[in-house]
Amino acid sequence: MIPTTIRRLLLFLLLLLSVGSIFFASATGSVSLEWQEWLGAIQNADSQQGELVWRLRLPRAMAAWVVGAMLAMSGCLMQVLLRNPLADPYVLGVSGGAAFATLLGMVYGITVVFLPWLALLGALVSVLIVFGLARGTGPWSGTRLLLTGVVTASGWAAMISLILSLSPDNSLRSMLFWLMGDLSYASLPPWSLLVLASCFILTLGLARSLNVLAMGETTARLLGEPTRNLLWLVYLLASILTATAVSIAGSVGFVGLIVPHLMRMLVGSDHRILIPAATLFGGLFLVLSDTLARTILSPQQLPVGVITALLGVPLFLLLLNRARLKGV
Amino acid sequence: MKAKLVCRSLDVSIAGTTICSKLNLEFAEGQFWGLLGPNGIGKTTLLKCLAGLTPAHAGTVLLENQAIDKLPRRAIARLLGMLQQHTVYVFDASVLETALTGRHPHLGYWEREGGNDKEKALEAIRAVDLEGFEARSVTGLSGGEARRLAFASLMVQEPAILLLDEPTNHLDLKHQIRIMNQVEIQVKNQQRVALVALHDVNLAARYCSHILMLFGDGEWRAGPVSELLNQDTLEKLYQCPVESVQTSTGRRFLPGG
Repeated sequence: MIPTTIRRLLLFLLLLLSVGSIFFASATGSVSLEWQEWLGAIQNADSQQGELVWRLRLPRAMAAWVVGAMLAMSGCLMQVLLRNPLADPYVLGVSGGAAFATLLGMVYGITVVFLPWLALLGALVSVLIVFGLARGTGPWSGTRLLLTGVVTASGWAAMISLILSLSPDNSLRSMLFWLMGDLSYASLPPWSLLVLASCFILTLGLARSLNVLAMGETTARLLGEPTRNLLWLVYLLASILTATAVSIAGSVGFVGLIVPHLMRMLVGSDHRILIPAATLFGGLFLVLSDTLARTILSPQQLPVGVITALLGVPLFLLLLNRARLKGV
Repeated sequence: MKAKLVCRSLDVSIAGTTICSKLNLEFAEGQFWGLLGPNGIGKTTLLKCLAGLTPAHAGTVLLENQAIDKLPRRAIARLLGMLQQHTVYVFDASVLETALTGRHPHLGYWEREGGNDKEKALEAIRAVDLEGFEARSVTGLSGGEARRLAFASLMVQEPAILLLDEPTNHLDLKHQIRIMNQVEIQVKNQQRVALVALHDVNLAARYCSHILMLFGDGEWRAGPVSELLNQDTLEKLYQCPVESVQTSTGRRFLPGG
Protein backbone atom coordinates (compact mmCIF):
# COMPACT_ATOMS: atom_id res chain seq x y z
CA MET A 1 0.00 0.00 0.00
CA ILE A 2 1.18 3.49 -0.81
CA PRO A 3 1.27 5.97 2.07
CA THR A 4 -1.32 8.72 1.80
CA THR A 5 1.22 11.51 1.42
CA ILE A 6 2.91 9.86 -1.56
CA ARG A 7 -0.51 9.17 -3.08
CA ARG A 8 -1.48 12.82 -2.84
CA LEU A 9 1.90 13.94 -4.13
CA LEU A 10 1.62 11.63 -7.11
CA LEU A 11 -1.88 12.77 -8.01
CA PHE A 12 -0.80 16.38 -7.64
CA LEU A 13 2.15 15.71 -9.92
CA LEU A 14 -0.10 14.10 -12.52
CA LEU A 15 -2.44 17.08 -12.34
CA LEU A 16 0.48 19.45 -12.79
CA LEU A 17 1.80 17.45 -15.73
CA SER A 18 -1.68 17.39 -17.27
CA VAL A 19 -1.97 21.17 -17.19
CA GLY A 20 1.61 21.42 -18.39
CA SER A 21 0.95 19.05 -21.27
CA ILE A 22 -1.99 21.14 -22.47
CA PHE A 23 0.18 24.28 -22.49
CA PHE A 24 2.99 22.37 -24.15
CA ALA A 25 0.61 21.13 -26.84
CA SER A 26 -0.60 24.65 -27.47
CA ALA A 27 2.97 25.81 -28.13
CA THR A 28 3.95 22.88 -30.34
CA GLY A 29 2.95 22.13 -33.88
CA SER A 30 3.73 22.90 -37.50
CA VAL A 31 4.33 26.48 -36.32
CA SER A 32 6.36 26.04 -33.17
CA LEU A 33 6.23 28.89 -30.71
CA GLU A 34 9.10 30.01 -28.53
CA TRP A 35 8.35 30.63 -24.87
CA GLN A 36 8.15 34.39 -25.42
CA GLU A 37 5.97 34.08 -28.52
CA TRP A 38 3.66 31.68 -26.73
CA LEU A 39 3.33 34.02 -23.76
CA GLY A 40 2.49 36.85 -26.13
CA ALA A 41 -0.05 34.69 -27.93
CA ILE A 42 -1.75 33.75 -24.65
CA GLN A 43 -2.03 37.40 -23.64
CA ASN A 44 -3.20 38.60 -27.01
CA ALA A 45 -5.93 36.34 -28.31
CA ASP A 46 -6.62 38.48 -31.34
CA SER A 47 -3.14 38.26 -32.82
CA GLN A 48 -2.44 35.65 -35.45
CA GLN A 49 -0.53 33.48 -33.02
CA GLY A 50 -3.14 34.11 -30.34
CA GLU A 51 -5.78 32.85 -32.72
CA LEU A 52 -3.72 29.73 -33.36
CA VAL A 53 -3.29 29.03 -29.65
CA TRP A 54 -6.73 29.97 -28.39
CA ARG A 55 -8.92 28.86 -31.29
CA LEU A 56 -7.11 25.80 -32.55
CA ARG A 57 -4.55 24.30 -30.26
CA LEU A 58 -5.98 24.80 -26.77
CA PRO A 59 -9.46 23.48 -27.60
CA ARG A 60 -7.90 20.52 -29.36
CA ALA A 61 -5.54 19.79 -26.48
CA MET A 62 -8.38 20.05 -23.99
CA ALA A 63 -10.56 17.76 -26.09
CA ALA A 64 -7.67 15.30 -26.18
CA TRP A 65 -7.34 15.47 -22.40
CA VAL A 66 -11.03 14.86 -21.79
CA VAL A 67 -11.19 11.98 -24.29
CA GLY A 68 -8.06 10.37 -22.83
CA ALA A 69 -9.37 10.70 -19.28
CA MET A 70 -12.72 9.19 -20.26
CA LEU A 71 -11.21 6.26 -22.12
CA ALA A 72 -8.81 5.48 -19.28
CA MET A 73 -11.62 5.54 -16.74
CA SER A 74 -13.78 3.41 -19.00
CA GLY A 75 -10.91 0.94 -19.35
CA CYS A 76 -10.58 0.63 -15.56
CA LEU A 77 -14.31 0.03 -15.22
CA MET A 78 -14.46 -2.56 -17.98
CA GLN A 79 -11.51 -4.41 -16.52
CA VAL A 80 -13.40 -4.79 -13.25
CA LEU A 81 -16.63 -5.63 -15.05
CA LEU A 82 -14.98 -8.44 -16.97
CA ARG A 83 -12.40 -9.29 -14.30
CA ASN A 84 -9.69 -9.11 -16.89
CA PRO A 85 -6.84 -6.58 -17.16
CA LEU A 86 -6.94 -6.94 -20.97
CA ALA A 87 -10.40 -5.40 -21.28
CA ASP A 88 -10.48 -2.13 -23.19
CA PRO A 89 -13.37 -0.33 -24.91
CA TYR A 90 -11.62 -0.43 -28.29
CA VAL A 91 -10.40 -4.03 -28.21
CA LEU A 92 -13.81 -5.28 -27.09
CA GLY A 93 -15.70 -3.47 -29.82
CA VAL A 94 -17.48 -0.97 -27.57
CA SER A 95 -15.93 1.96 -29.37
CA GLY A 96 -16.79 0.21 -32.63
CA GLY A 97 -20.44 -0.04 -31.65
CA ALA A 98 -20.55 3.63 -30.71
CA ALA A 99 -18.75 4.60 -33.92
CA PHE A 100 -21.07 2.54 -36.10
CA ALA A 101 -24.18 4.02 -34.52
CA THR A 102 -22.80 7.55 -34.87
CA LEU A 103 -21.81 7.01 -38.49
CA LEU A 104 -25.22 5.60 -39.31
CA GLY A 105 -26.79 8.65 -37.70
CA MET A 106 -24.54 10.96 -39.75
CA VAL A 107 -25.44 9.22 -42.98
CA TYR A 108 -29.12 9.50 -42.25
CA GLY A 109 -28.64 13.16 -41.44
CA ILE A 110 -29.68 12.98 -37.80
CA THR A 111 -29.14 16.21 -35.89
CA VAL A 112 -25.69 16.51 -34.31
CA VAL A 113 -27.29 16.88 -30.86
CA PHE A 114 -28.60 13.31 -30.99
CA LEU A 115 -25.40 11.70 -32.23
CA PRO A 116 -23.92 11.18 -28.74
CA TRP A 117 -27.13 9.37 -27.76
CA LEU A 118 -26.72 7.07 -30.73
CA ALA A 119 -23.12 6.51 -29.70
CA LEU A 120 -24.34 5.57 -26.23
CA LEU A 121 -26.82 3.12 -27.68
CA GLY A 122 -24.12 1.50 -29.80
CA ALA A 123 -21.80 1.26 -26.79
CA LEU A 124 -24.52 -0.24 -24.59
CA VAL A 125 -25.37 -2.90 -27.15
CA SER A 126 -21.69 -3.80 -27.51
CA VAL A 127 -21.01 -4.13 -23.80
CA LEU A 128 -24.18 -6.15 -23.44
CA ILE A 129 -22.99 -8.63 -26.05
CA VAL A 130 -19.52 -8.99 -24.56
CA PHE A 131 -20.85 -8.87 -21.00
CA GLY A 132 -23.48 -11.49 -21.75
CA LEU A 133 -21.21 -13.95 -23.51
CA ALA A 134 -17.81 -13.59 -21.98
CA ARG A 135 -18.13 -12.99 -18.26
CA GLY A 136 -17.17 -15.50 -15.64
CA THR A 137 -14.08 -17.33 -14.51
CA GLY A 138 -12.44 -20.56 -15.48
CA PRO A 139 -9.46 -21.48 -17.61
CA TRP A 140 -11.00 -20.14 -20.81
CA SER A 141 -12.36 -16.85 -19.55
CA GLY A 142 -9.57 -14.74 -21.02
CA THR A 143 -9.75 -16.41 -24.41
CA ARG A 144 -13.54 -16.28 -24.52
CA LEU A 145 -13.53 -12.63 -23.58
CA LEU A 146 -11.05 -11.64 -26.25
CA LEU A 147 -12.71 -13.78 -28.90
CA THR A 148 -16.11 -12.30 -28.17
CA GLY A 149 -14.65 -8.80 -28.18
CA VAL A 150 -12.65 -9.26 -31.34
CA VAL A 151 -15.58 -10.82 -33.17
CA THR A 152 -17.91 -8.05 -31.98
CA ALA A 153 -15.38 -5.44 -33.07
CA SER A 154 -14.97 -6.97 -36.52
CA GLY A 155 -18.74 -7.20 -36.83
CA TRP A 156 -18.98 -3.45 -36.25
CA ALA A 157 -16.03 -2.89 -38.58
CA ALA A 158 -17.84 -4.77 -41.34
CA MET A 159 -20.95 -2.68 -40.91
CA ILE A 160 -18.85 0.48 -40.84
CA SER A 161 -17.19 -0.64 -44.10
CA LEU A 162 -20.63 -1.14 -45.57
CA ILE A 163 -21.58 2.44 -44.74
CA LEU A 164 -18.27 3.75 -46.04
CA SER A 165 -18.56 1.92 -49.34
CA LEU A 166 -21.98 3.45 -49.87
CA SER A 167 -20.82 6.96 -48.93
CA PRO A 168 -19.84 9.66 -51.45
CA ASP A 169 -16.12 10.03 -52.09
CA ASN A 170 -15.82 13.59 -50.85
CA SER A 171 -16.77 12.69 -47.29
CA LEU A 172 -14.72 9.49 -47.14
CA ARG A 173 -11.45 10.98 -45.92
CA SER A 174 -12.93 12.80 -42.96
CA MET A 175 -15.04 9.77 -42.06
CA LEU A 176 -12.00 7.51 -42.16
CA PHE A 177 -9.95 9.87 -40.02
CA TRP A 178 -12.76 10.13 -37.52
CA LEU A 179 -13.04 6.35 -37.38
CA MET A 180 -9.35 5.96 -36.67
CA GLY A 181 -9.67 8.33 -33.79
CA ASP A 182 -8.92 11.87 -34.82
CA LEU A 183 -8.92 15.14 -32.94
CA SER A 184 -8.39 17.48 -35.94
CA TYR A 185 -11.95 18.70 -35.95
CA ALA A 186 -12.66 17.85 -32.35
CA SER A 187 -14.45 20.41 -30.30
CA LEU A 188 -15.25 20.07 -26.66
CA PRO A 189 -18.96 20.38 -25.96
CA PRO A 190 -19.52 21.79 -22.44
CA TRP A 191 -21.81 18.90 -21.50
CA SER A 192 -18.96 16.45 -21.96
CA LEU A 193 -17.15 18.13 -19.06
CA LEU A 194 -20.23 17.54 -16.95
CA VAL A 195 -20.27 13.89 -18.03
CA LEU A 196 -16.60 13.52 -17.16
CA ALA A 197 -16.98 15.18 -13.76
CA SER A 198 -20.09 13.30 -12.68
CA CYS A 199 -18.80 9.93 -13.89
CA PHE A 200 -15.53 10.60 -12.12
CA ILE A 201 -17.17 11.42 -8.79
CA LEU A 202 -19.51 8.42 -9.04
CA THR A 203 -16.68 6.06 -9.95
CA LEU A 204 -14.49 7.37 -7.17
CA GLY A 205 -17.35 6.82 -4.73
CA LEU A 206 -17.62 3.24 -5.97
CA ALA A 207 -13.86 2.68 -5.76
CA ARG A 208 -13.86 0.43 -2.69
CA SER A 209 -16.78 -1.54 -4.11
CA LEU A 210 -14.81 -1.93 -7.34
CA ASN A 211 -11.91 -3.39 -5.33
CA VAL A 212 -14.28 -5.98 -3.91
CA LEU A 213 -15.95 -6.64 -7.25
CA ALA A 214 -12.55 -7.25 -8.83
CA MET A 215 -12.26 -10.30 -6.57
CA GLY A 216 -15.33 -11.87 -8.15
CA GLU A 217 -19.05 -11.44 -8.03
CA THR A 218 -19.69 -14.00 -5.29
CA THR A 219 -16.93 -12.60 -3.10
CA ALA A 220 -18.40 -9.14 -3.56
CA ARG A 221 -21.85 -10.33 -2.54
CA LEU A 222 -20.44 -12.06 0.52
CA LEU A 223 -18.77 -8.79 1.44
CA GLY A 224 -22.06 -6.95 1.31
CA GLU A 225 -22.32 -5.63 -2.25
CA PRO A 226 -25.66 -5.84 -4.05
CA THR A 227 -23.74 -6.92 -7.14
CA ARG A 228 -26.58 -6.86 -9.62
CA ASN A 229 -27.10 -3.12 -9.15
CA LEU A 230 -23.39 -2.48 -8.95
CA LEU A 231 -22.61 -4.35 -12.17
CA TRP A 232 -25.29 -2.46 -14.04
CA LEU A 233 -24.02 0.84 -12.74
CA VAL A 234 -20.43 0.03 -13.76
CA TYR A 235 -21.63 -1.16 -17.14
CA LEU A 236 -23.61 2.05 -17.65
CA LEU A 237 -20.73 4.29 -16.55
CA ALA A 238 -18.25 2.53 -18.85
CA SER A 239 -20.65 2.84 -21.79
CA ILE A 240 -21.42 6.52 -21.16
CA LEU A 241 -17.73 7.37 -20.94
CA THR A 242 -16.81 5.44 -24.08
CA ALA A 243 -19.75 6.84 -26.04
CA THR A 244 -18.90 10.42 -25.08
CA ALA A 245 -15.25 9.92 -26.00
CA VAL A 246 -16.22 8.39 -29.35
CA SER A 247 -18.65 11.16 -30.16
CA ILE A 248 -15.85 13.70 -29.62
CA ALA A 249 -12.91 11.97 -31.24
CA GLY A 250 -14.04 8.78 -32.95
CA SER A 251 -12.63 5.47 -31.84
CA VAL A 252 -9.22 6.12 -30.36
CA GLY A 253 -7.88 2.73 -29.44
CA PHE A 254 -5.91 1.19 -26.60
CA VAL A 255 -5.91 4.16 -24.20
CA GLY A 256 -8.17 2.19 -21.87
CA LEU A 257 -5.63 -0.62 -21.94
CA ILE A 258 -2.28 1.18 -21.81
CA VAL A 259 -3.11 3.77 -19.18
CA PRO A 260 -4.69 1.58 -16.49
CA HIS A 261 -1.92 -0.97 -17.01
CA LEU A 262 0.88 1.55 -16.49
CA MET A 263 -0.91 3.07 -13.52
CA ARG A 264 -1.43 -0.36 -11.94
CA MET A 265 2.30 -0.90 -12.12
CA LEU A 266 2.87 2.49 -10.49
CA VAL A 267 0.17 2.70 -7.82
CA GLY A 268 -1.27 -0.81 -7.50
CA SER A 269 -4.79 -2.10 -7.95
CA ASP A 270 -6.62 -0.12 -5.25
CA HIS A 271 -9.23 1.76 -7.28
CA ARG A 272 -9.31 4.63 -4.81
CA ILE A 273 -5.92 5.65 -6.17
CA LEU A 274 -6.01 3.85 -9.51
CA ILE A 275 -9.12 5.68 -10.78
CA PRO A 276 -7.85 9.24 -10.21
CA ALA A 277 -4.34 8.31 -11.34
CA ALA A 278 -5.58 6.65 -14.54
CA THR A 279 -7.97 9.52 -15.26
CA LEU A 280 -5.24 12.14 -14.97
CA PHE A 281 -2.65 10.08 -16.80
CA GLY A 282 -5.16 9.15 -19.52
CA GLY A 283 -5.66 12.84 -20.25
CA LEU A 284 -1.95 13.53 -20.17
CA PHE A 285 -1.23 10.53 -22.39
CA LEU A 286 -3.67 11.48 -25.11
CA VAL A 287 -2.58 15.14 -25.17
CA LEU A 288 1.01 14.03 -25.73
CA SER A 289 -0.01 11.38 -28.28
CA ASP A 290 -2.01 13.94 -30.21
CA THR A 291 0.87 16.41 -30.13
CA LEU A 292 3.07 13.66 -31.54
CA ALA A 293 0.44 12.91 -34.19
CA ARG A 294 0.44 16.57 -35.24
CA THR A 295 4.21 16.98 -35.36
CA ILE A 296 5.85 13.68 -36.27
CA LEU A 297 5.20 14.06 -40.03
CA SER A 298 4.51 17.80 -39.90
CA PRO A 299 2.88 19.52 -41.71
CA GLN A 300 1.06 16.25 -42.39
CA GLN A 301 -1.26 15.40 -39.48
CA LEU A 302 -1.95 11.86 -38.40
CA PRO A 303 -5.06 10.62 -36.61
CA VAL A 304 -4.14 10.20 -32.95
CA GLY A 305 -5.60 6.68 -33.05
CA VAL A 306 -2.63 5.64 -35.19
CA ILE A 307 -0.20 6.69 -32.47
CA THR A 308 -2.14 5.03 -29.65
CA ALA A 309 -2.51 1.83 -31.66
CA LEU A 310 1.21 1.77 -32.46
CA LEU A 311 1.89 1.98 -28.73
CA GLY A 312 -1.03 -0.19 -27.66
CA VAL A 313 -0.69 -3.21 -29.89
CA PRO A 314 2.81 -4.25 -28.70
CA LEU A 315 1.76 -3.72 -25.08
CA PHE A 316 -1.38 -5.77 -25.61
CA LEU A 317 0.62 -8.63 -27.11
CA LEU A 318 3.11 -8.40 -24.26
CA LEU A 319 0.30 -8.63 -21.70
CA LEU A 320 -1.26 -11.53 -23.55
CA ASN A 321 2.06 -13.33 -23.53
CA ARG A 322 2.44 -12.75 -19.81
CA ALA A 323 -1.08 -14.06 -19.25
CA ARG A 324 -0.10 -17.15 -21.25
CA LEU A 325 2.96 -17.70 -19.10
CA LYS A 326 0.86 -17.35 -15.96
CA GLY A 327 -1.72 -19.72 -17.40
CA VAL A 328 -4.64 -17.32 -17.04
CA MET B 1 -28.56 -20.75 23.87
CA LYS B 2 -29.39 -18.30 21.15
CA ALA B 3 -29.70 -19.72 17.65
CA LYS B 4 -27.95 -17.52 15.13
CA LEU B 5 -28.81 -19.33 11.96
CA VAL B 6 -32.00 -21.35 11.65
CA CYS B 7 -33.31 -23.56 8.85
CA ARG B 8 -37.07 -24.02 8.77
CA SER B 9 -38.23 -26.99 6.66
CA LEU B 10 -35.63 -26.05 4.10
CA ASP B 11 -35.65 -27.76 0.71
CA VAL B 12 -32.54 -27.17 -1.36
CA SER B 13 -32.11 -28.59 -4.82
CA ILE B 14 -29.96 -28.01 -7.84
CA ALA B 15 -30.77 -28.99 -11.41
CA GLY B 16 -33.59 -31.28 -10.29
CA THR B 17 -31.52 -33.10 -7.67
CA THR B 18 -32.66 -32.69 -4.09
CA ILE B 19 -29.84 -31.91 -1.69
CA CYS B 20 -31.83 -31.77 1.50
CA SER B 21 -35.55 -31.84 2.15
CA LYS B 22 -37.33 -30.52 5.23
CA LEU B 23 -34.10 -29.47 6.88
CA ASN B 24 -34.95 -28.19 10.35
CA LEU B 25 -31.83 -27.13 12.15
CA GLU B 26 -30.55 -24.48 14.52
CA PHE B 27 -26.94 -23.40 14.46
CA ALA B 28 -26.35 -21.90 17.88
CA GLU B 29 -23.42 -19.89 19.14
CA GLY B 30 -20.52 -21.88 20.49
CA GLN B 31 -21.22 -24.78 18.12
CA PHE B 32 -18.70 -26.12 15.64
CA TRP B 33 -20.57 -27.93 12.89
CA GLY B 34 -19.04 -30.27 10.38
CA LEU B 35 -20.81 -30.77 7.04
CA LEU B 36 -20.03 -34.20 5.63
CA GLY B 37 -21.09 -35.93 2.45
CA PRO B 38 -19.63 -37.56 -0.64
CA ASN B 39 -18.43 -35.61 -3.68
CA GLY B 40 -21.10 -33.78 -5.62
CA ILE B 41 -23.79 -34.34 -3.02
CA GLY B 42 -24.43 -30.59 -2.72
CA LYS B 43 -22.43 -29.36 0.28
CA THR B 44 -21.40 -26.19 -1.55
CA THR B 45 -24.92 -25.53 -2.79
CA LEU B 46 -26.29 -25.91 0.73
CA LEU B 47 -23.68 -23.51 2.10
CA LYS B 48 -24.49 -21.00 -0.64
CA CYS B 49 -28.16 -21.27 0.21
CA LEU B 50 -27.44 -20.70 3.90
CA ALA B 51 -25.40 -17.62 2.92
CA GLY B 52 -28.37 -16.30 0.95
CA LEU B 53 -26.45 -16.53 -2.33
CA THR B 54 -28.87 -18.93 -3.97
CA PRO B 55 -32.57 -19.22 -3.18
CA ALA B 56 -34.00 -22.25 -1.41
CA HIS B 57 -36.52 -24.41 -3.21
CA ALA B 58 -38.86 -24.14 -0.22
CA GLY B 59 -38.66 -23.16 3.43
CA THR B 60 -36.66 -20.36 4.98
CA VAL B 61 -33.24 -19.54 6.33
CA LEU B 62 -33.43 -17.23 9.34
CA LEU B 63 -30.49 -15.04 10.21
CA GLU B 64 -30.93 -13.50 13.67
CA ASN B 65 -34.68 -14.20 13.35
CA GLN B 66 -35.04 -12.53 9.97
CA ALA B 67 -35.54 -14.25 6.64
CA ILE B 68 -32.18 -14.02 4.87
CA ASP B 69 -33.67 -13.27 1.46
CA LYS B 70 -35.29 -10.14 2.90
CA LEU B 71 -32.06 -8.76 4.32
CA PRO B 72 -29.78 -6.45 2.33
CA ARG B 73 -26.41 -8.00 1.44
CA ARG B 74 -24.57 -5.49 3.61
CA ALA B 75 -26.55 -6.47 6.71
CA ILE B 76 -25.90 -10.14 5.94
CA ALA B 77 -22.18 -9.52 5.45
CA ARG B 78 -21.88 -8.00 8.91
CA LEU B 79 -23.29 -11.18 10.48
CA LEU B 80 -22.32 -13.97 8.15
CA GLY B 81 -19.16 -14.72 6.22
CA MET B 82 -18.28 -17.54 3.89
CA LEU B 83 -15.01 -18.98 2.68
CA GLN B 84 -15.56 -20.18 -0.87
CA GLN B 85 -14.11 -23.41 -2.14
CA HIS B 86 -11.90 -21.73 -4.73
CA THR B 87 -9.89 -18.58 -4.38
CA VAL B 88 -8.65 -16.97 -7.60
CA TYR B 89 -7.06 -13.54 -7.55
CA VAL B 90 -6.89 -11.83 -10.95
CA PHE B 91 -5.65 -8.32 -10.12
CA ASP B 92 -2.40 -7.92 -8.28
CA ALA B 93 -3.48 -6.29 -5.05
CA SER B 94 -1.20 -6.76 -2.05
CA VAL B 95 -1.81 -9.36 0.64
CA LEU B 96 -2.56 -6.64 3.19
CA GLU B 97 -5.04 -4.90 0.87
CA THR B 98 -6.80 -8.18 0.24
CA ALA B 99 -7.03 -8.99 3.94
CA LEU B 100 -8.45 -5.50 4.50
CA THR B 101 -11.34 -6.15 2.09
CA GLY B 102 -12.92 -8.00 5.01
CA ARG B 103 -13.66 -4.59 6.52
CA HIS B 104 -15.73 -3.60 3.49
CA PRO B 105 -19.20 -4.26 4.98
CA HIS B 106 -18.27 -2.35 8.14
CA LEU B 107 -17.13 0.84 6.44
CA GLY B 108 -19.27 3.74 5.24
CA TYR B 109 -19.49 4.91 1.64
CA TRP B 110 -16.57 7.35 1.64
CA GLU B 111 -14.89 5.90 4.73
CA ARG B 112 -11.32 4.62 4.59
CA GLU B 113 -9.82 1.81 6.63
CA GLY B 114 -8.44 3.18 9.89
CA GLY B 115 -5.52 2.08 12.08
CA ASN B 116 -7.83 -0.25 13.94
CA ASP B 117 -8.84 -2.03 10.74
CA LYS B 118 -5.23 -2.36 9.70
CA GLU B 119 -4.42 -3.82 13.11
CA LYS B 120 -7.09 -6.48 12.63
CA ALA B 121 -5.80 -7.32 9.16
CA LEU B 122 -2.22 -7.67 10.37
CA GLU B 123 -3.35 -9.88 13.22
CA ALA B 124 -5.29 -12.15 10.85
CA ILE B 125 -2.30 -12.34 8.50
CA ARG B 126 -0.15 -13.44 11.45
CA ALA B 127 -2.78 -15.96 12.50
CA VAL B 128 -2.65 -17.73 9.12
CA ASP B 129 1.13 -17.71 9.06
CA LEU B 130 1.52 -15.20 6.22
CA GLU B 131 3.60 -12.74 8.24
CA GLY B 132 6.13 -10.99 6.03
CA PHE B 133 3.88 -11.42 2.96
CA GLU B 134 1.95 -8.17 3.57
CA ALA B 135 3.37 -6.26 0.61
CA ARG B 136 3.42 -9.23 -1.78
CA SER B 137 1.09 -9.41 -4.76
CA VAL B 138 -1.76 -11.90 -4.41
CA THR B 139 -1.29 -13.12 -7.98
CA GLY B 140 2.04 -14.64 -7.00
CA LEU B 141 0.74 -16.68 -4.08
CA SER B 142 0.67 -20.48 -4.12
CA GLY B 143 -2.66 -22.28 -3.87
CA GLY B 144 -2.25 -22.89 -0.16
CA GLU B 145 -1.14 -19.32 0.55
CA ALA B 146 -4.10 -17.90 -1.38
CA ARG B 147 -6.36 -20.16 0.62
CA ARG B 148 -4.93 -18.95 3.93
CA LEU B 149 -5.23 -15.35 2.80
CA ALA B 150 -8.90 -15.86 1.93
CA PHE B 151 -9.40 -17.24 5.43
CA ALA B 152 -7.59 -14.23 6.90
CA SER B 153 -9.96 -11.88 5.00
CA LEU B 154 -12.86 -13.77 6.52
CA MET B 155 -11.47 -13.31 10.02
CA VAL B 156 -11.04 -9.60 9.37
CA GLN B 157 -14.71 -9.50 8.39
CA GLU B 158 -15.51 -10.78 11.93
CA PRO B 159 -18.82 -12.47 11.16
CA ALA B 160 -20.72 -14.19 13.97
CA ILE B 161 -21.54 -17.05 11.59
CA LEU B 162 -18.76 -18.66 9.60
CA LEU B 163 -19.53 -20.90 6.65
CA LEU B 164 -16.39 -22.61 5.40
CA ASP B 165 -16.31 -24.63 2.19
CA GLU B 166 -13.43 -27.07 2.51
CA PRO B 167 -11.11 -24.60 4.25
CA THR B 168 -8.29 -27.13 4.36
CA ASN B 169 -8.09 -27.57 0.57
CA HIS B 170 -4.52 -27.18 -0.72
CA LEU B 171 -3.18 -26.95 2.82
CA ASP B 172 -0.38 -29.02 4.32
CA LEU B 173 -0.92 -30.75 7.64
CA LYS B 174 0.52 -27.92 9.71
CA HIS B 175 -1.68 -25.31 8.12
CA GLN B 176 -4.77 -27.52 8.21
CA ILE B 177 -4.37 -27.67 11.98
CA ARG B 178 -3.59 -23.97 12.14
CA ILE B 179 -6.75 -22.97 10.28
CA MET B 180 -8.96 -25.39 12.19
CA ASN B 181 -7.48 -24.13 15.47
CA GLN B 182 -8.37 -20.59 14.43
CA VAL B 183 -11.95 -21.62 13.70
CA GLU B 184 -12.07 -23.34 17.08
CA ILE B 185 -10.83 -20.18 18.82
CA GLN B 186 -13.49 -18.15 17.02
CA VAL B 187 -16.21 -20.56 18.09
CA LYS B 188 -15.11 -21.10 21.69
CA ASN B 189 -13.71 -17.74 22.71
CA GLN B 190 -15.85 -15.39 20.63
CA GLN B 191 -19.06 -17.42 20.91
CA ARG B 192 -19.42 -17.67 17.17
CA VAL B 193 -20.84 -20.52 15.16
CA ALA B 194 -19.08 -22.33 12.34
CA LEU B 195 -20.34 -24.74 9.70
CA VAL B 196 -17.45 -26.38 7.90
CA ALA B 197 -17.71 -28.60 4.84
CA LEU B 198 -14.99 -31.20 5.17
CA HIS B 199 -13.74 -34.29 3.41
CA ASP B 200 -11.40 -35.25 6.21
CA VAL B 201 -13.54 -37.20 8.65
CA ASN B 202 -10.77 -37.11 11.24
CA LEU B 203 -10.55 -33.33 11.24
CA ALA B 204 -14.30 -33.40 11.89
CA ALA B 205 -13.78 -35.92 14.69
CA ARG B 206 -11.10 -33.79 16.27
CA TYR B 207 -12.74 -30.36 16.07
CA CYS B 208 -16.49 -30.52 15.53
CA SER B 209 -19.14 -30.49 18.23
CA HIS B 210 -21.95 -31.27 15.79
CA ILE B 211 -22.26 -32.98 12.43
CA LEU B 212 -24.61 -32.55 9.51
CA MET B 213 -24.54 -35.40 7.01
CA LEU B 214 -25.96 -35.32 3.50
CA PHE B 215 -26.72 -38.74 2.06
CA GLY B 216 -28.26 -37.72 -1.25
CA ASP B 217 -31.89 -37.66 -2.42
CA GLY B 218 -32.64 -35.11 0.27
CA GLU B 219 -31.80 -37.41 3.16
CA TRP B 220 -29.89 -35.82 6.01
CA ARG B 221 -28.94 -36.43 9.62
CA ALA B 222 -27.72 -33.97 12.20
CA GLY B 223 -26.61 -34.16 15.79
CA PRO B 224 -23.76 -34.06 18.28
CA VAL B 225 -20.55 -35.58 17.00
CA SER B 226 -20.61 -38.33 19.65
CA GLU B 227 -23.93 -39.66 18.36
CA LEU B 228 -23.37 -39.31 14.68
CA LEU B 229 -19.75 -39.93 13.86
CA ASN B 230 -19.28 -43.69 13.92
CA GLN B 231 -18.39 -46.57 11.66
CA ASP B 232 -21.98 -47.32 10.65
CA THR B 233 -23.01 -43.83 9.60
CA LEU B 234 -19.74 -43.21 7.78
CA GLU B 235 -20.02 -46.47 5.85
CA LYS B 236 -23.53 -45.52 4.87
CA LEU B 237 -22.44 -41.96 3.98
CA TYR B 238 -19.47 -42.80 1.80
CA GLN B 239 -20.62 -46.23 0.61
CA CYS B 240 -17.34 -47.84 1.46
CA PRO B 241 -15.92 -49.89 4.33
CA VAL B 242 -14.58 -47.82 7.22
CA GLU B 243 -12.45 -48.94 10.12
CA SER B 244 -12.66 -47.22 13.45
CA VAL B 245 -9.60 -46.96 15.68
CA GLN B 246 -9.21 -45.63 19.18
CA THR B 247 -6.38 -43.11 19.60
CA SER B 248 -5.16 -41.12 22.58
CA THR B 249 -7.24 -38.14 21.38
CA GLY B 250 -10.42 -40.04 20.61
CA ARG B 251 -11.96 -42.17 17.89
CA ARG B 252 -10.52 -41.87 14.38
CA PHE B 253 -11.51 -43.45 11.08
CA LEU B 254 -9.57 -45.17 8.32
CA PRO B 255 -10.59 -46.60 4.98
CA GLY B 256 -11.39 -50.25 5.70
CA GLY B 257 -10.47 -53.27 3.61
